[in-house]
Amino acid sequence: MKSKLNLNPELIDSARSAAKNIAEDVQKFIDKNTTVAVERTIARLMGVDGVDEIDKPLPNVLIDAIKEGGGLSKGAAFWIGNAMVNTGKTPQEIAEKVSSGEIEITKLPIASEDKILEAVYKTAEEMVERIKNNRNRRDEYLRTLGEGKKPYLYVIVATGNIYEDVLQAQAAAKQGADIIAVIRTTGQSLLDYVPYGPTTEGFGGTYATQENFRIMRKALDEVGEEVGRYIRLCNYCSGLCMPEIAAMGAMERLDVMLNDALYGILFRDINMQRTFVDQYFSRIINGFAGVIINTGEDNYLTTADAYEEAHTVLASQFINEQFALKAGLPEEQMGLGHAFEMDPMLENGFLYELAQAQMAREIFPKAPLKYMPPTKYMTGNIFRGHLQDAMFNLVSIWTNQGIQLLGMPTEAIHTPHLQDRMLSIENAQYIFNNVRSIGDEVEFKKDGIIQKRAQEVLTKAEELLRDIEKEGIFNTIEKGKFGGVKRSFTGGKGLEGVVEKDEKYFNPFIDLMLGGAR
Amino acid sequence: MENIQKVDLTKVKPYGDTLNDGMVQMSFTLPVPYGDEAKEAARQLAAKMGFDDPAVVYAKDLGVGYTYFIVYGKCTHTVDYTAIEVPKVDMEFMDREEVEQYIEENIKRNVVIVGACTGTDAHTVGIDAIMNMKGFDGNFGLERYKGIEAINMGSQVPNEELIAKAIETKADAILVSQVVTQKDVHIANLTQLVEMLEAEGLRDKVILVCGGPRISHELAQELGYDAGFGAGSYANHVATFVVKQIVERNLI
Repeated sequence: MKSKLNLNPELIDSARSAAKNIAEDVQKFIDKNTTVAVERTIARLMGVDGVDEIDKPLPNVLIDAIKEGGGLSKGAAFWIGNAMVNTGKTPQEIAEKVSSGEIEITKLPIASEDKILEAVYKTAEEMVERIKNNRNRRDEYLRTLGEGKKPYLYVIVATGNIYEDVLQAQAAAKQGADIIAVIRTTGQSLLDYVPYGPTTEGFGGTYATQENFRIMRKALDEVGEEVGRYIRLCNYCSGLCMPEIAAMGAMERLDVMLNDALYGILFRDINMQRTFVDQYFSRIINGFAGVIINTGEDNYLTTADAYEEAHTVLASQFINEQFALKAGLPEEQMGLGHAFEMDPMLENGFLYELAQAQMAREIFPKAPLKYMPPTKYMTGNIFRGHLQDAMFNLVSIWTNQGIQLLGMPTEAIHTPHLQDRMLSIENAQYIFNNVRSIGDEVEFKKDGIIQKRAQEVLTKAEELLRDIEKEGIFNTIEKGKFGGVKRSFTGGKGLEGVVEKDEKYFNPFIDLMLGGAR
Repeated sequence: MENIQKVDLTKVKPYGDTLNDGMVQMSFTLPVPYGDEAKEAARQLAAKMGFDDPAVVYAKDLGVGYTYFIVYGKCTHTVDYTAIEVPKVDMEFMDREEVEQYIEENIKRNVVIVGACTGTDAHTVGIDAIMNMKGFDGNFGLERYKGIEAINMGSQVPNEELIAKAIETKADAILVSQVVTQKDVHIANLTQLVEMLEAEGLRDKVILVCGGPRISHELAQELGYDAGFGAGSYANHVATFVVKQIVERNLI
């Protein structure tokens, strides 16, 4: 593809190689450690589910027992496998017996390594097969039903009640939505467990539970058959239970997941050590399950200025790309994030937004870029808001974005009403159809405002990445270079859940999913 | 101009293109399937709301058996504008330099202000706009003010931690931002903070301010706050209120 922006390919290569080194540096840290969330995920993937009498999830019961027994550094797979060899029971039965106090999982005699591995891999392979089947099922739907044209229309539902969400999601699909995201209840990202069962109460969203995933999946498959389009389901693989949510999503055939450690560090004050380790495993699962991840760069611009800090978005996209590649997640599943957040009163702001979006398109040609709507400068003036969303839609179709998170005219007022979603879908459909081929028709003036802006942002991003390469990402975050937010290496939530791995440690799913044929 | 009717402020009603025509535009959804009956339902509903000549100018099928309407009608009610009183933070706001000078002349020490989004609220847009260096819309935030030590604790801060920080830093003022208001979660949160401050015997020693898009000064006072700042408030408004209160309440 010929660059419309006359971007210097050497600068792009240099930025990418810096990002690669940054990711490799962090990967060394990641490989040495595990977390309670990673181990709970292994338990879930081996079939542990359900809650005890005080609604504590059994994966938590089990991993807490291993941690208290001083065995976490060997990993859950080791202890579950050992218990399977000793008792002949399934991981679920073992978890139940640990819960009732019948088994002290770290006190059982240690079986031979071969037997443990055999037991673990047999169970793990079954789950990997199930996830592979889900992936095939999705491909089958896409072949038979087809899908909407890109950019996919992405809308949220957020009633707090999964059954009410279903109604709103089905309505949105009928109106033309391609992706339904069920917003999580406020605060879920900070829970160190995943709630269980269907839920009907939430604030500003609905709990992410496996049962809720299942209910919504079924509803979207039904409405997809009706409208003749596969409807993708999105949730939030972020916070303290990042890999667990990824596993639940893989089991229930979710299609899109928000998945970004940097976002959690900066905006939820989650400890950076914890969440980088969690992110790695979650991206392996997402990659294997064919899930498109969405990264959270757009959020920087809600706290930092979108015009001045545009290069931090690009730098972060480069880094996220490398972290994703490390986890075996292909470019086609990288929904790198950015946003239309410049001050609407900025002269030629539209041109700068266009430059940024086109630049991201050219630098990440295969990625289904996730483009976020204006939020920061949305007001109670829903009429101007509708126009801001229209300008946003125009940039998106012009620059061939992958996933269009639709802006709502009522963004500044409330979670979307049924009609708000209709108006937004209508807005996007009108513009997308009306200027469908504008990107193929219009080129940009050489050394004009748009070209120069993109070149300047790329230059600054490359410099920033070179700095981070020298400094390391941990220090960079400590200094507040992303989103203007400072976080310390040992601060934030969840650090107590990080442990260094023993040499006996193993995680069968990294092997099966990362090494497996794709 | 004599031919144009004068506004009677004791009986005000909406203006479309002629005084007292009462024209109102509205839109809503009814949980009924699209069709003539749906339009008639919307028309009758508008009539019951007190609109003369309701006209359903647009209707659209939302799928799932629901219909969206755009409706015009003539409002039959009036209000007496001359009798209206709205409680608000009633003061002349100083700009940043004036606040800085006021602190230097009247307080003669640093003013400490602690702020947070409390409870499960993760939306820091409001507190950041007031507190962070950059501020919002060209108005610098409190961090930028000479003489003010601004501590922004960020999002999802439990009320206990906010109070602990206020004690630790000997804060003059506490700012609480609440953006999420679904199911009135903000009311419970704001009320709890007041109760906890009272229990600690701190309520009279600090200036307590809340803010957010759904917060009014009236609501804030009802909940036991000194002031509430809604949409369109900037750091200098909050700063003016805080420094004047310090002097008035003799908290220097």
